Amino acid sequence: MTAALAPMSDQTPAAPAEVLLDARNVTMQFGGLRAVGDVSMQVHTGEIVGLIGPNGAGKTTFFNCLTGLYKPTAGVVTFAGQPLPPRPRKVVYAGMARTFQNIRLFHNMTALENVMVGRYCRTKSNAIDAVFRLPRHRREEREATERSRELLAFVGLENKADTLSRNLPYGDQRRLEIARALATDPKLLLLDEPTAGMNPQETREAEDLIFRIRDLGLAVLVIEHDMRFIFNLCDRVYCLVRGEVLVEGVGDVVQNDPRVIEAYIGAPTADEEDGSDA
Amino acid sequence: MSRLTSALTVPREKLEKYQTAAHIGGVVAALLGVASALMTWAYKDAHVALDDVTYSGAPSALQYNYIGLAVIAALLFAGPLVFRKPGPVRDWVAWNTGARFAGYGLLATGFVAVAAIGIEAGGVINVDPGGWLALVAGVLATVSGLVLFRSPDPAMGKIKTHSIVQIFAIAGGLAAVLFAAAFALGLSGPGAFLFYLTFAGSLAFVLVRAGIFGWFAKCAADNKKIMVLAAFFVAFVFPFTQNGSDANMSIATQVLIFAATALGLNIVVGLVGLLDLGYIAFLGAGAFTSAVLSGSLYSHFHWHPPFIVTVLISGCVSSLLGLIIGTPTLRVSGDYLAIVTLAFGEIFRITMNNLDGSDGPNITNGSNGINNVPELNFLGFNFGQAHVIFGIQVGRFANYFWLMLLVLAVIMVVFVNLNRSRIGRGWVAIREDELAAEAMGVNTFGLKILAFAGGAFLAGLAGAVKAHYDISVTPDQYVFLESAFLLAAVVLGGMGTVMGVLVGATILKLLPEKLRFFSDYRLMLFGLLLVFMMRFRPEGIIADERRQLEFHAEDEDLAESVEEELITYHDHFNPDALTTEDLR
Repeated sequence: MTAALAPMSDQTPAAPAEVLLDARNVTMQFGGLRAVGDVSMQVHTGEIVGLIGPNGAGKTTFFNCLTGLYKPTAGVVTFAGQPLPPRPRKVVYAGMARTFQNIRLFHNMTALENVMVGRYCRTKSNAIDAVFRLPRHRREEREATERSRELLAFVGLENKADTLSRNLPYGDQRRLEIARALATDPKLLLLDEPTAGMNPQETREAEDLIFRIRDLGLAVLVIEHDMRFIFNLCDRVYCLVRGEVLVEGVGDVVQNDPRVIEAYIGAPTADEEDGSDA
Repeated sequence: MSRLTSALTVPREKLEKYQTAAHIGGVVAALLGVASALMTWAYKDAHVALDDVTYSGAPSALQYNYIGLAVIAALLFAGPLVFRKPGPVRDWVAWNTGARFAGYGLLATGFVAVAAIGIEAGGVINVDPGGWLALVAGVLATVSGLVLFRSPDPAMGKIKTHSIVQIFAIAGGLAAVLFAAAFALGLSGPGAFLFYLTFAGSLAFVLVRAGIFGWFAKCAADNKKIMVLAAFFVAFVFPFTQNGSDANMSIATQVLIFAATALGLNIVVGLVGLLDLGYIAFLGAGAFTSAVLSGSLYSHFHWHPPFIVTVLISGCVSSLLGLIIGTPTLRVSGDYLAIVTLAFGEIFRITMNNLDGSDGPNITNGSNGINNVPELNFLGFNFGQAHVIFGIQVGRFANYFWLMLLVLAVIMVVFVNLNRSRIGRGWVAIREDELAAEAMGVNTFGLKILAFAGGAFLAGLAGAVKAHYDISVTPDQYVFLESAFLLAAVVLGGMGTVMGVLVGATILKLLPEKLRFFSDYRLMLFGLLLVFMMRFRPEGIIADERRQLEFHAEDEDLAESVEEELITYHDHFNPDALTTEDLR
């Protein structure tokens, strides 16, 4: 299986730019359960890559391996040529930020404060600066506030800056999480089901937002179940099934691949898979 | 509108016709209370009870306080009768709610008066008709108050007031607090003190519930800097009100030391949300360091730097201890952390007990500790002697009180400024969702260590002063019970707030000193107090808004009011305001 898949990732259509994220043979084993097996993936600068697959295929586990929440059992992840340390904080520092499938905002902080937490890793003032209100503290505080307000405006929440994040409507919470991730100045943004639970109108807005993020020069890796959304949006799509990459390629190819259809809907003769979002 | 019903579980319609009667009844009850205070409360030979309430027609100081409460009750009960239509004045005050609490207050004070006379004079036979009348007035006022419908939320906190009036209000309010504190400390018997405490508590409740306190709070919020300076000024002049009395100043200084340490603990517990049950070790580390370097005859170190250096070294030793304790323990959280820190607190005490030279170096003289720590001496100002300042004599304890006040100011600045910085935001993020914080690039481990070491540093500062104040430093001063009391002060007062900790520390230190008779039961009573707090107000007496939300996740009204609060906070932080604000 591995041998058959390995060449496929090399067939990537004319890479437009340098490789930003390069995951090679990432494996995540929980005891006897092989949640992610031998997954290789490349993301180039300025590219939107989709990651699809039925429930339980290991998409979020793979995300967690990339962002340092899990330490992969095997495999190497390099980011912009450097190996990624398996520590969430250092991953963020290297330039990769994520959102969560189940929203994990700081609920009792305002929208602005949430985004300012994202600025934490790009500011340096220490306890001494803060206690004595030294110039560095004041400058950084001012800059962080300005930048955070810009980002809130970018995702369309400029009027909700002082609303507690728990009081925001669901769609706004998703956008706030994206703004918080953007505040860490990432080169690659990882979105875990950004449109889950959204209505078609909100989904279109999210699509528009992700295109605008790409236009900022960021690469985006997005997990999604909404196929129309994914195939509208993504330059390339990986389909993960049972922890392994089944198909990889441009949208149309993946969409019409019989193995993908089989994984989602099931073939008459094959064992049933769960999940039928297609 | 369902909120605006009575406290009784009787349908609104049935109580409708009794409202006017209840108002009148309340006024009558309050006037009965006033009349009772003009009579004798206790039999003429029972002078000991309640600091002497045996004179007819000449109320004692305590009875004047009671009259004040009764008059406020009468005004609150009469208010809706005077302002019949909704209008500005009617809407300012929550007349009915305030009146109900005034009724409770009259009942509570009346009850305490009768009980105190009964106990202190040896039997309720010593209670005169006046005392019984006060109790009856309390019952009648409470019943009237219970019949009343709740008032809508008072609007007094939203009145725009000229800033000069506000400053006068602050001055008046703080002067009243100073006077009340001095008066309370001057009371001799425990019954009198308890009576006054009940009175002051009732008055505070009435002012808060009626919305009058809201106006003071707004005055204070609009003039924060003036408020803080004025509060420190009041604390500064407090020793002058004591006529050189050492007993009260000693308690006050202990309160400040306790509060300073609790503020350090509040960084760990209140801001970051870590449970530390061994915090007293850091106070102890500071105290031992300071004692060892003090030049005491019992110290085996023969280097004694000036106090300003000693204080800093004490802080650093404490925070080093914080680092040593924190680095391994902060990998666990919650209950595990509590257990581990508890154990480290004990390790500290036992280590100090054993550094007596029999096994290893002799640093602390073991359980004897370091005695005869010399008095501080700043530029010829000897802290051990009484001084005459502005023609008023202030004793030794007042000197240490002022020094502690300075240390407390430093600790407060550190606490507030750290809280309002990227570090403070990181702490809140850790408290809310540690994993998400880490995934957003917040150095969670580093920030927790910083809180641990920083809090320990502050406790070390307090410890350095404590060594000189106590004169002797022994390991058995730093037992687990003290850590538990520190934590109780933080939880009781309010996690994450400065004022809350000050209030909590005052309650926990002052009450056992003034109410000696319950000192045998103080653990039980504080335990009960904490249980009741957890049931009715888990966020503490003076709550941090965000903390309050965490405890009341479903309360939407509260969430909105917190938003308003935070908006004003961010206005302070908008770029333009920041530069002009901070240039001042």
